[in-house]
Amino acid sequence: MIGLVARELRLAAAAGAALLPPVFFLLVATLFPFAVGPDGPLLARTGGGALWMAALLAALLPVDRLVEPDRASGVLDQLAVRGIGEETVAIAKLAGHWLSFGPPLMIAALPAAALMKLPSDVLLRLELGLLVGTPGLAALTLAVAALTAGLRRGGALAGLLMLPLAVPLLIFGAGLVERGNQAGALQLLAAVSLLLVAGAPFAAGAAIRASRD
Amino acid sequence: MTRLLRLDGVTGRRGGRTLFEALDLTLAPGEAALVTGPNGAGKSSLLRIAAGLLRPAAGTVESGAASLADEHPALDERRRLADALAFWARLDGGDASAGLEAMGLAPVADVPVRMLSAGQRKRATLARVIASGAPLWLLDEPANGLDAEGQDRLAAAMRGHLERGGGILAASHQPLGLAAAQAVRLG
Repeated sequence: MIGLVARELRLAAAAGAALLPPVFFLLVATLFPFAVGPDGPLLARTGGGALWMAALLAALLPVDRLVEPDRASGVLDQLAVRGIGEETVAIAKLAGHWLSFGPPLMIAALPAAALMKLPSDVLLRLELGLLVGTPGLAALTLAVAALTAGLRRGGALAGLLMLPLAVPLLIFGAGLVERGNQAGALQLLAAVSLLLVAGAPFAAGAAIRASRD
Repeated sequence: MTRLLRLDGVTGRRGGRTLFEALDLTLAPGEAALVTGPNGAGKSSLLRIAAGLLRPAAGTVESGAASLADEHPALDERRRLADALAFWARLDGGDASAGLEAMGLAPVADVPVRMLSAGQRKRATLARVIASGAPLWLLDEPANGLDAEGQDRLAAAMRGHLERGGGILAASHQPLGLAAAQAVRLG
């Protein structure tokens, strides 16, 4: 298991995976003030939600890298021959993917918040929301990557599949940033994230098995 | 008697087409079977069924630890060959250097997998199987793309494996030097 997670991290490092989503995230944060104008209070009010949108789109980037290369090169088959369950493989992939996705995004949120003129208490809530919500985003990316593995133009389909499913994360994450923890936004965000993390390995495992037939 | 592989009344079906029906096959330690047949007869499907990757449409499959060599090396392209093999050898509790040595790949052990030629990839795939230490080898067209020297090395490795009490199920168009192998003809 540790070997599998280490392999995921090595592949992620080789693909520059820890760099791409944060760079994309920062790019959106840079463009947003150009789009709505340099109005400080307006940026501070809408910036948190925009950053959550950016996080959501950044989560889509690694979708074609997570499962398809391992399916095409026979690695998934070889793991199965060794009696390693598809769910176990999916859990290892989820752990490796989150480690190379969540923390870098949280670090990128610091300069992004400065660009949006977010006050420090809002930044704190954004970071807290990302800490709780990125595992859910990573799980969703993994499940969608497994579902679309082996399909032509799977990338486009992945976006259509994933974005609607990420709506609850977006609602509670952005709600937490803008209005604070009213009506238990943090708890609901955590619940959605937990549900996705718990369900994704089974969905991904079943999808990997189904792709063999 | 301990068996390495037992197929009992196995039927293989792909895309609604029946490839073979009620196939029985037993491999005891030291035994080999060679699957032959025209393209599309279901040789690869039979091996994938034996490996547990495909479910047979009917019948039962019993097998212990097995190692499969098909057309995919399943080695990480960017890593050095020795490291890529070591990843699987660690999972299997085997020895990667034994595989490198047996297939004559020691000189390219430090070369990244993506730089290897097609023949070297085939050797690397077989080295992964040899390094695994698994009692049952499932070899799909193992001699494809190998030069004469590579085929000799493959034959020697298979002989050694059978002498040590291993079993081999191979699918091939070429004679692999498995003199005493059971013949399984499909199609």
